[in-house]
Amino acid sequence: MSEAAVAIHGLRHTFPGSRPVEVLDGVDLEAAPGAFVSLVGPSGCGKSTLLQVLAGLLAPDAGEALIEGQSTVGEPGLAAYMPQKDLLLPWRKAIGNAVLGAEIAGEPKAEARQHALDLFERFGLAGFEESWPSQLSGGMRQRLALLRTFLIPRHVLLLDEPFGALDAITRREMHQWLQEVWASDARTVLFVTHDVEEALILSDVAYVMTPRPARMAARFEVDYPRPRRPEIVTEPEFVADKARLLAALDGASSE
Amino acid sequence: MAVEVPFLPRALPLRLGKLLGRWGGSVWEYAPALVLLAALVGLWELMVGVLDTRPYILPAPSAIWDALIDKGHLLPNHIQATATEAVLGLLAAAGGGVLLAVLIASIPLARRVLYPIIVTSQTVPAIVLAPLLMVWVGIGLESKLIVVALVGFFPIVVSTVDGLASADRDMVALVRSMGASRLEELRHVLIPSAIPGFFAGLKIAAAYSVIGAVIAEWVAAKEGLGIFIIRSQASFRIDQIFVAIAVIALLSIALFVAVHLLARVASPWKYANDQGENGS
Ligand SMILES: Nc1ncnc2c1ncn2[C@@H]1O[C@H](COP(=O)(O)OP(=O)(O)O)[C@@H](O)[C@H]1O
Ligand SMILES: [Mg+2]
Repeated sequence: MSEAAVAIHGLRHTFPGSRPVEVLDGVDLEAAPGAFVSLVGPSGCGKSTLLQVLAGLLAPDAGEALIEGQSTVGEPGLAAYMPQKDLLLPWRKAIGNAVLGAEIAGEPKAEARQHALDLFERFGLAGFEESWPSQLSGGMRQRLALLRTFLIPRHVLLLDEPFGALDAITRREMHQWLQEVWASDARTVLFVTHDVEEALILSDVAYVMTPRPARMAARFEVDYPRPRRPEIVTEPEFVADKARLLAALDGASSE
Repeated sequence: MAVEVPFLPRALPLRLGKLLGRWGGSVWEYAPALVLLAALVGLWELMVGVLDTRPYILPAPSAIWDALIDKGHLLPNHIQATATEAVLGLLAAAGGGVLLAVLIASIPLARRVLYPIIVTSQTVPAIVLAPLLMVWVGIGLESKLIVVALVGFFPIVVSTVDGLASADRDMVALVRSMGASRLEELRHVLIPSAIPGFFAGLKIAAAYSVIGAVIAEWVAAKEGLGIFIIRSQASFRIDQIFVAIAVIALLSIALFVAVHLLARVASPWKYANDQGENGS
């Protein structure tokens, strides 16, 4: 078996303070290279905290978090991380924001720029290369943040609710589009969401988390053929799987 | 509507209008201020006439105007000297101010050590400092630059430190997750975040820089509006002093407006969405 792209073992974390918040209570997770893995859990259970550990921004109290076998503790930059907020830099035009990660990773500027320009069309941003972030719609900002993450030269993508702020219609479009982009790319994706349908449409594997303090409640293999059309949500198999996932979520909540 | 200006490329007046933004877009906003100013000058002229004040106590605006016509040819050299001191001093204040602000914002020890000293330095009046500087570095340009810089760096340091501290923590974390070094964090997030604060401080410094230069010249100088005032005072030419006051005010305003325009050029993203309002 090849080495896991992402591996988490017994991860624990408590935010200290006058009222300490115990967030992660022994989390385990594994993602095979090239897999699309979702993390589903109720709001506030610790999904973003988990991703921050993997991004190397937060040192956990215990346990290990590995990207391609390397510990992320005190070691940011091993994976391409897209935070929950788009966090576009207001002083950089769309193209400047797109190349930020590539630039910091040391890619030659002209090359990074050309690479980004080639992708603006795919990400539905053609014609907005020279726009300021404040001139873009919510959906476009989200796609630009995603493009920025894609352009970071890393094998693992950590996406924190990338479509959380979008309306249902735009979201459905984004699901189709993300599948296409991912299929042509062969990178590992760890995708955080609190939307069960979204997880089923996109993933090879979906993990269900318990409420805070979080553990893994269940792990589902999702093997519908790809590409998965939006209509898939009405198929009996999908509906049954959705019910199982929801039951796992509810079961985890009522423990 | 864009007005065709002969001898100028078409784009220039449009660009200027865009640059000036609210300033250029609504000169009318300043009309009441101008009317009030004109009324006050008129009242002054009237009072001097009615009360028959001696010209060496308070000259009438018309007498001041005459003095300007009469002695105006002396002014360019003085203005140039003072403006040079003010602008160069301001540049020194900006450079030193930003450097100190970065130190203070990024090294906690520097904050504890430098901030009290910087605040204390502001309790020494420029008028006291100027003679000392003349003794230490002579009556040349340097001593004036130092006075202007000392007056100007304080607001720049304070508001740049605030600007650096206002940077979005999450944006810093984002670039850190990309593997950015401390220096890259500074370059990509902290410094751009501090630009509006820096310019707010620079505007205040600009407004005071001409006065700083004049005070320094007062103590000793070969040329400059300060020296012009001293000489006018010695010969009881109060009207000339008023001419100097008006010139100092105009110079200060010009510097202030220049910094305002510079701020616009340096932070184009802030004005990206109001082209429609001012563009035509
Ligand atoms: N820096 C922090 N300090 C204290 N508590 C925090 C901090 N960050 C997150 N929390 C708390 O930890 C819990 C999990 O947060 P988060 O990981 O953002 O949840 P999720 O992304 O699953 O919605 C929440 O209760 C949140 O209030
Ligand atoms: Mg979250």
